[in-house]
Amino acid sequence: MTFTREIAGGILIGVGSALPLLFHARIKGISGLASSMLRPFTEVGREGALFIAGLVLGGFVWKYFGLTHPDLYLTQNTSVTTWALAGLLVGFGTRLGGGCTSGHGICGIGRFSKRSFVATLIFMASAVATVLVGAALS
Amino acid sequence: MKSLVSLVSGLIFALGLSLSGMIRPEKVRAFLAFGRPEWDVSLAFVMVSAIIVYAICYALVKQKKRTLTGTAFSEPAAKSVDRRLVIGMVIFGIGWGLIGLCPGPAFVRIAWMDAPLASFLVMMLIGFEIEKRIVP
Repeated sequence: MTFTREIAGGILIGVGSALPLLFHARIKGISGLASSMLRPFTEVGREGALFIAGLVLGGFVWKYFGLTHPDLYLTQNTSVTTWALAGLLVGFGTRLGGGCTSGHGICGIGRFSKRSFVATLIFMASAVATVLVGAALS
Repeated sequence: MKSLVSLVSGLIFALGLSLSGMIRPEKVRAFLAFGRPEWDVSLAFVMVSAIIVYAICYALVKQKKRTLTGTAFSEPAAKSVDRRLVIGMVIFGIGWGLIGLCPGPAFVRIAWMDAPLASFLVMMLIGFEIEKRIVP
């Protein structure tokens, strides 16, 4: 196991996170950018909307070149209701706690923020617990 | 310029999420299944390499007190760990663990849109707005 894809992917994620900082001193993760997108007529809202547009475009580029992993289409045994509930919790929780996997996990830890380090430990522990409880129940 | 940087950043970010496997909920959930036979450590390498790249860029900007384009930069004030952070992150973790999708990959997967993903995205945006409106 060499983890080449994971490391190369991580480097691209790091570059994508750092460019707004390197060019216009913006420190924001995805949840911050996505929620500001809902206010598109502000400056930060426009930035957010364009970043998210780039994310979506990237997915289509990946799909167009057929670079999919074989199990991308795997549908889990989860109902639409569970997806909806998960979306609501992700949206509400990331805004209440001020960041997500990228905002706290990458930007926050990358600038040695104690708050983001604690945040990352908490959401990781909570996500692991959720998966383990789910596995125990099924 | 700002617009172009934002768009290109999002694009590069998405290619990183796709290449690394972060857009595969099953892989994410296997990463989170700590201590189980299906446990898959590989996504830890994604996070660590992304953090290293970001930390180098941040140190550079912090040291120069300027961005590459000359914008003044000052370090954001450190905020303390409070109840909002703890509760918010517990809630986010539950949502992430239920499906295996955090906000970035959810947007990237629009290229493979289906009803479950649409419901996730709509509810996530509603979650953003609920927080903005009800939390003082």
